[in-house]
Amino acid sequence: MKKLKNISNTIVVLAALVVLCIALACASPYFATGSNLINIVLQAAINATLACGMTFVILTGGIDLSVGSIVAFAGILLGTMLKSGMPLAVALIGCVLAGGVCGLVNGLLVTRLNLPPFISTLGMMSIARGAALYIADGRAISGFSGKLNFIGSGTVLGIPVMILIMAVTFLIGIFILKYTRAGRYIYAIGGNVEATRLSGINTGRYTMLVYILCGLTSGLAAVLLTARLDSAQPVAGEGYELDAIAATVIGGTSLSGGEGRLSGTIIGALIIAVLNNGLNLLNVSSYIQQIVIGLVIVLAVSFDRIRSK
Amino acid sequence: MPPLVQMEQITVEFPGVKALDKVSFTLERGEVHILLGENGAGKSTLMKVLSGVYKATAGRISVEGQEVSFAGTKEAKAAGINIVHQELNLIPYLSVAENIFLGREPQANGVVLWKRLYQEAQDILNRLGVDLPAKAILRDLSVAQQQMVEIAKCVSQNSKVIIFDEPTSSLTDKEIDALFSMIGDLKCQGVGIVYISHRFDEIKRIGDRATILRDGRYIDTVSVADTSVDAMIQMMVGRELNEMFPKVEAEIGEVVFEARDFCTKDKLSHCSLSIRRGEIVGLAGLMGAGRTEFARAIVGADPVTSGEVYLNGERLRIHSPQDAVRQGIGLLPEDRKHHGLVLGMSVTENITLASLKKTMAGGVLRPKNEASFAQKYCDALRIKTPHLKQKVQFLSGGNQQKVVIGKWLMTEGKVLIFDEPTRGIDVAAKAEIYRIMGELAQNGMAILMISSELPEVLGMSDRIVVMCGGTVAGEMGRAQATQEKIMQLATGGA
Repeated sequence: MKKLKNISNTIVVLAALVVLCIALACASPYFATGSNLINIVLQAAINATLACGMTFVILTGGIDLSVGSIVAFAGILLGTMLKSGMPLAVALIGCVLAGGVCGLVNGLLVTRLNLPPFISTLGMMSIARGAALYIADGRAISGFSGKLNFIGSGTVLGIPVMILIMAVTFLIGIFILKYTRAGRYIYAIGGNVEATRLSGINTGRYTMLVYILCGLTSGLAAVLLTARLDSAQPVAGEGYELDAIAATVIGGTSLSGGEGRLSGTIIGALIIAVLNNGLNLLNVSSYIQQIVIGLVIVLAVSFDRIRSK
Repeated sequence: MPPLVQMEQITVEFPGVKALDKVSFTLERGEVHILLGENGAGKSTLMKVLSGVYKATAGRISVEGQEVSFAGTKEAKAAGINIVHQELNLIPYLSVAENIFLGREPQANGVVLWKRLYQEAQDILNRLGVDLPAKAILRDLSVAQQQMVEIAKCVSQNSKVIIFDEPTSSLTDKEIDALFSMIGDLKCQGVGIVYISHRFDEIKRIGDRATILRDGRYIDTVSVADTSVDAMIQMMVGRELNEMFPKVEAEIGEVVFEARDFCTKDKLSHCSLSIRRGEIVGLAGLMGAGRTEFARAIVGADPVTSGEVYLNGERLRIHSPQDAVRQGIGLLPEDRKHHGLVLGMSVTENITLASLKKTMAGGVLRPKNEASFAQKYCDALRIKTPHLKQKVQFLSGGNQQKVVIGKWLMTEGKVLIFDEPTRGIDVAAKAEIYRIMGELAQNGMAILMISSELPEVLGMSDRIVVMCGGTVAGEMGRAQATQEKIMQLATGGA
């Protein structure tokens, strides 16, 4: 246990992922095939993108429960815009920005009205879902005549575009956290908001920023989901917030804020995707899969606790 | 009769550190036994072993001649050993009485007897001379009042041994008097008291014997009455301490900083003060006099109803700490751990936090620049840390305070407000903090020092401003100041 302390969280989580992959490769001949592995990353892409924004929020000690509903809301806006004949680029940017605006509202509620993040985003969760259902009149929107195919199933140099978008999102996120003042302040706010404020830092502004970022990644996830399904659905994204939180926490980010890394989060999202995929291959019932994911979350966090003692 | 508590050859090892190395300690019935040592000397660790928080790696403990081995605080409590922690372990949303009797509520048939609970709690409070209603909700109380509740809780548990870990650091003189007379009563009843403190005036007042620890090792046990303070300090630090307050003569210039007419809704009324270049102004007063509130108001940390700040004659607009820092005014808060530092961050990250811009190049953070800035302040302030990436939570109190100072030096401000700069810091580190403050003043910094320790105020200040009841009661120059004069103003006595 003593030595374990010196190893970074990310390495531990990565090791867990590798062990898991080796075990599944032994258990199923289909697991370690190239197409299956790519499939896993594709499955992880949407959750990982959401978890990227979620990690920012959780690093400040907050939480965002509204991401799943924002995915539906922004997706429906995207579908509506495409149907109305708007240029693709405008619709895509509009979709991501719509997510950002939802995040901005969350941020305003948290920083201006001093509402607990849990409550603000719980409200937004219901509002965005209701808005999505209302705009779409409860029905799915489809028939984009292939406009989203490039994002949903296209490749660049053999790499699926979805995966590239996710990767770029993470690279930007890692850059912000590591090389900008905003990134440092986000950690500082999560570590001790009062000390940060007294150090002359506008903590409200940076708290606002994380909710906006989380909204933007939700909008981006909406693009990915709509493209992958080639349809926008007002009931899409239900429960996504919990998957995103799970990926973040499995990746070693502390729910009390101040500690964690995006590299851990992406591995956390992969662990969830690998588990789902592997258990599918092994013909394990999807009900049992939920139990397994639950156990992994509990185990990951307890392991973290034991290590940090 | 065997001693009340006998600890023999206690060793405690943590990963990589020997916190205690064969330390022995005995406590007799009805004595006040002082534990002395610098921070990190092992006093708290030793008492955590006695109260069942830690398990000793080696050594024997016996209580009243019976060898014991506590598996947790519950077992220690059952054996009559209670500890009044430095950090408060109380529940903010419960009443005083509920806190005192938490887990031991008087009951009949599984129903809590509220009337009796409040009555008994009130009796204990009255006996201790604590002026508090038992029904008050804890979070509405000041830190000092909460501390008294914590003490009341321990006293009410029929303890054989009570351990006080720096109990007076947030108490007023009146409360300290009440505490000491209570300790006197407990002594008469044969309770053994272990008292951890850095304040020698208190130690001399109530101590019978003192055991001195240094770097986790036992140094000596002496009779407090027969040992001089200097001798005890020398044993603690292992070297001679020539002077506690190395007052550096600084050239005092014109007024650089002025705070005029500060009022807040409930706490401050018409507070003003000024500081000249190179001057250390001591801000004295009792707990609750509004000193911290005044300081926080100056830097814009709390809302005010009126108040103007002038720097070099120019009026500053300060609506938030951000404005204050940008214009060169920094506050080193009273509560280092909760307001001064981000404990989970490294030494480097804490030092650069308020001036990250200076370390940047090309629009991005440069870890190398950060490290070199941090190294500079670590060297200048002699911050003891294994490496710059060490999380500050693992540093001693003195070094933590120096990290906070480093952070503010890096902002290159013109005015620094130190709120209780040496609270909970050991003697040697205190002297260093004083030296640093003196040097800063010498270099032209204007310093406001809030302190509840009168020797510190008298030793360090060029001028002393005294607050009482939320307003400035008066001020005096270094030459005219005496403890009596300060107390007179602070207590509102004419």
